Amino acid sequence: MRVKIAVLDFPGSNCDLDTIHVLNNVINIKADLVWHNYFKESKYDGVILPGGFAFGDYLRAGIIAAHSPAIDEARVMLEDGRPVIGICNGFQILTEAQFLPGALLQNDTLTFICKWVMVKVENNETAFSNKMNIGDILNIPIAHAEGRYYIENLKELEQNNQIVFRYSNENGEYTKDSNPNGSLANIAGVCNLERNCIGFMPHPERASESILSPKGTSHGKNFFYSMVDFIQKRL
Amino acid sequence: MIYSEFIIEVVLENKPAARDPVGETIRRDLLAKKGYDMVSNVRSGQYLRFYLSAENEKKAEEIIEELLNKLRIFNPVTQNFKILKLQKES
Repeated sequence: MRVKIAVLDFPGSNCDLDTIHVLNNVINIKADLVWHNYFKESKYDGVILPGGFAFGDYLRAGIIAAHSPAIDEARVMLEDGRPVIGICNGFQILTEAQFLPGALLQNDTLTFICKWVMVKVENNETAFSNKMNIGDILNIPIAHAEGRYYIENLKELEQNNQIVFRYSNENGEYTKDSNPNGSLANIAGVCNLERNCIGFMPHPERASESILSPKGTSHGKNFFYSMVDFIQKRL
Repeated sequence: MIYSEFIIEVVLENKPAARDPVGETIRRDLLAKKGYDMVSNVRSGQYLRFYLSAENEKKAEEIIEELLNKLRIFNPVTQNFKILKLQKES
């Protein structure tokens, strides 16, 4: 069966076309760019909320989008186990919509940060990491001003194995220097208890072709292959 | 029912446990460097002013509290809110 994924388009999304390009031309699966007002969950096996901005990110990044009808549609997918993925601004929207625990605060540098970092895989049983190995270290860029992950009850998050990715150095150590934005416990991505909803601050769609990577890597592909694999196993 | 106009001011602030790098930077890189070392802490926040009509002051405050919670105008994961001032519009 053919996998069909929706990439939502909010006013201000700007990683939408990159994500569509990678899905269609690198991963070779069908993906539609869908304006948030027209999104109907029944037509898709999974949904990605891409990076960029949404509704000016007024009040807080993601809060206005979190109240949009597209999120009600996505909630149906969330509840029946289809993958719901948020990248960067999409992650902010998913925390504000309470699909995912925690929140994303302003970087501790107080600046927008755009650079390549490394993340280490902590949980490979999710819809966005199941084609990876625990301990894999991935090259991937970040580009955000509000990416400092915060949660009050970190212990519970750890006990439930909901931390999927953490910023690390090349030896896989979680150091202060390898944490670009001051995230609690170097957290770069988390999942829900059911493992079908993942939020991730870095941009796999910008790291899926070796020509775009300073180190010639294409680790971003593994995220999308994971999503496709997760869908195919469900069908 | 006669409705009156009210103004309600709300301040949103990060919870004490959530670091506030804006406040920290103001204190460390501006105040302390310019001799105001008696200031031990600065916390930044967001300020909102709501204009609304309601039956009375109590009702007006209830409406604002409800919408702050229901629409997550403040994020309970990271923020507290404080109603600063409530006044009838003249």
